[in-house]
Amino acid sequence: MNDKGVDKSKRQFLTSALTVVGAVGTGYIAVPFLSQMQPSVKAMAAGAPVEVDISKMEPGQLLRVAWRGKPVWILNRTPDVIATLKTLDTELRDPTSEESVQPNPTKNLLRSLKPEVFVAVGICTHLGCSPTFRPEIAPADLGAKWKGGFFCPCHGSWFDLAGRVYRGVPAPANLEIPPYRYVNDTQLVIGELAKEASV
Amino acid sequence: MKNLLILCLLAILSFSFGVKASENIHLQEADVDLTDSESLQRGAQHFVTYCLGCHSIKHIRYLRIAIDFGVDEKKVLKDIAPEGAGIYDKLYTAMNAHDAEKWFGIQPPDLSLIARSRSPDWLYSYLKGFYSDPNKPPLGVNNLVFKDVGMPNVFWQLQGQQEAVYKTVDGQKVIERLVLKEPGKLSEQEFDRLVNDLVNFLVYVGEPVKLERERMGKYVLFFISMFLVIAYLLKKEYWKDVD
Amino acid sequence: MKPTRLTLCGNWILERFPMAKIWNEHMTHYYAPKNFNFWYFFGSLALLVLVIQIITGILLTMNYKPDAKLAFDSVEYIMREVNWGWLVRYMHSTGASAFFIVVYLHMFRGLLYGSFKHPRELIWIFGMCLFVALMAEAFMGYLLPWGQMSYWGAQVIISLFSAIPVIGDDLSLWIRGDYVVSDATLNRFFAFHVIAVPLVLVMLVFLHIVALHEVGSNNPDGIEIKKTKDAKGIPLDGIPFHPYFTVKDIVGVAVFLLFFSTVMFYMPEMNGFFLEHANFIPADPMKTPEHIAPVWYFTPFYAILRAIPDKFAGVISMFGAIVVLFLLPWLDRGPVKSIRYRGGIYKKALALFVLSFLVLGYLGTQPATPTATIFARVFTAIYFGFFLLMPIYTRWEKTKPVPKRLTSDHGDSNCLLSMKAVFEEITTVKSVTTHDGIRLPNGATVTKRGFNFKGLLNVIIRFAKKLKASLD
Repeated sequence: MNDKGVDKSKRQFLTSALTVVGAVGTGYIAVPFLSQMQPSVKAMAAGAPVEVDISKMEPGQLLRVAWRGKPVWILNRTPDVIATLKTLDTELRDPTSEESVQPNPTKNLLRSLKPEVFVAVGICTHLGCSPTFRPEIAPADLGAKWKGGFFCPCHGSWFDLAGRVYRGVPAPANLEIPPYRYVNDTQLVIGELAKEASV
Repeated sequence: MKNLLILCLLAILSFSFGVKASENIHLQEADVDLTDSESLQRGAQHFVTYCLGCHSIKHIRYLRIAIDFGVDEKKVLKDIAPEGAGIYDKLYTAMNAHDAEKWFGIQPPDLSLIARSRSPDWLYSYLKGFYSDPNKPPLGVNNLVFKDVGMPNVFWQLQGQQEAVYKTVDGQKVIERLVLKEPGKLSEQEFDRLVNDLVNFLVYVGEPVKLERERMGKYVLFFISMFLVIAYLLKKEYWKDVD
Repeated sequence: MKPTRLTLCGNWILERFPMAKIWNEHMTHYYAPKNFNFWYFFGSLALLVLVIQIITGILLTMNYKPDAKLAFDSVEYIMREVNWGWLVRYMHSTGASAFFIVVYLHMFRGLLYGSFKHPRELIWIFGMCLFVALMAEAFMGYLLPWGQMSYWGAQVIISLFSAIPVIGDDLSLWIRGDYVVSDATLNRFFAFHVIAVPLVLVMLVFLHIVALHEVGSNNPDGIEIKKTKDAKGIPLDGIPFHPYFTVKDIVGVAVFLLFFSTVMFYMPEMNGFFLEHANFIPADPMKTPEHIAPVWYFTPFYAILRAIPDKFAGVISMFGAIVVLFLLPWLDRGPVKSIRYRGGIYKKALALFVLSFLVLGYLGTQPATPTATIFARVFTAIYFGFFLLMPIYTRWEKTKPVPKRLTSDHGDSNCLLSMKAVFEEITTVKSVTTHDGIRLPNGATVTKRGFNFKGLLNVIIRFAKKLKASLD
């Protein structure tokens, strides 16, 4: 062993250089390793837009379709329901949907492109359960205040039939509205906006 | 020591002969070029026209083809995919598995990996190797590299009909070569190109990522070389203490 | 100076966990012989490959489906649709072969320098256990892609167990969980491959290293460096593992990664040796491929199995070929460790053994023709001869005197120099007269290197003589 005449600064420099190059290399290899956990092409294919035929929907009927593996609701609202929805503002947390997620054309009171057809992602904005559809008015278990809506069984959040959240429940925002467009009067495409619209 | 050497030589000799004897079918060479997008596109069209009727390639989507060939998605759907196919669709055959077994005795295999289990040259020779064989009903054709195969010659209208020329080796009838008896719609060169495009496409389908991995390899090797140089300098610097 | 928060935090941990002690004991105060050569890279490389396999393996399990109906397609799904899945999969498949290359070279190092001899018998035993566990790991992993080779390879190997008298049939049935290799087999092999065997491997690596650091590393001279210490009790011929061998091993890692990446990016199938062609066909229990051969790293043992004309004896020989390796420390009666000071007979025997291993490996990949079988028998005899005759031929071998201290290692610069000398010998310098009479500045003449046949002959003869001398 001979420690004399050691060029400490050269060692220091080379060690740092090797550390930097090694760290960059580790970074490069970490990218593929981490991004392989991203959704694959299969998941993207499953996330492709879905076509839905609504010609056979009865008034008041709820249709469930899967888009990106999530439940998407399509509800045919009756005039009664629409009338009720216009009276609820004071009980709602975000009646004008300022802090909620929806494409621009659906940022209105009824949260839809056409008043009667309501489309929403059926996942509670609280912790991801899927609320149940409870159209009846004032049922025994929900009490007299219930005007028809969606009730989340996990933590008891209330939404009206426009997917708007009530005050005093855990969910922070209204239900998400997915991008969708009409091909014609009876044909919906979920997952795509009409050409001229923007989010 | 000497005996050992002789033994080794003998061993090498006998095995090299042994290998040659078992591969007596001469394969024709396919010209595979994965960078030739035109050829790949033609190959994909030919596949959909002539093969997809019976064979799937279920491990690839039209989307991937569009991306890898550098072609617009709409063009792929229009020129390559059959009518009504979506861009995310995989290349599934429309044939029902039950019918297939009734007609051919077996289900036509999925061809996604055929170029990796067989070789490109084998595929090229196979597709060109059909000849009339009256001893083999019901198809009446046989194949030079895949004897008694259950597949008919789907190209007979294009290629024409080939016949075998026999010769006798050690008292046994052996096929010497194939000759074109009835010419088809395509000239020999045109047909060779068609088969070659198809093989090229199948090689691509076998491993779509091949070009990308080879391109990426260069950067990785360069990077590691750089790391090696620094590591070596550092080692030399430290080992001054020892030597 | 006031201690910073970071050092306070560090001290808090150090007072409760002996991190510094472990680091010192195994790195900065672990004294390794300073004359380690090329062969001493493979231990650290084996550890590197183990890490690669564990990381890529975990990533693969995230998308792989251990189900006979889904397995094959899920592998192709990884190769095509998962982001970077192809990279991870090729890393894992190349890593499997790389593991065996590295481990075989690591074991050969042991044979060269007597690393299995007293006092390192236990290290060797742990190492051999590692080797067996690695073979089990590789074998079960190979079933998972569920291709034709996976399926029939597993079918054949599991059937080996049925050769055991009395319990054989029940045993192989129990291993498979079905009458043939099936979904049940795939599922249990997945469990073994992914968690059970890797845990054993990691534990054995730990034991292997702890045992090594207790007695200290062997070296190309086969001398115990602990016998000559300085006043402070530090071996005179030892240098701290860190930084000297860490920086050296990093160089080894970089060179290894160059080779590894070349294979991974440019020839992941390695001509059908790393990924066999027949394995691109989904498993079909109705149809055996025309020619089945195990992956290359099992072929020597497979050739031994086929060489024996009796089923049970064949199986015994195959496992025996591994068992004799365990016994090596007690079979070798030679008084010196390193091949540098051993008698000629051990050198020749080792050369024959290496040859037999390679030839058997080659034969295992080929169809069993009658000539091939004869060769396989001869080389099987040589393989076992190396081990079983060892107590006899090592007892009376004429050894050379072993020095007290390590001999200086001829470094890599020397190797480059000698390569340059050889190059100069086999080529001759010719001066070339230019026809058009162009004059070069400074009166230089144009020269050209030509090939020198006589020089080449000299080099070959000298090499042969040296080889012969080194074998005595």
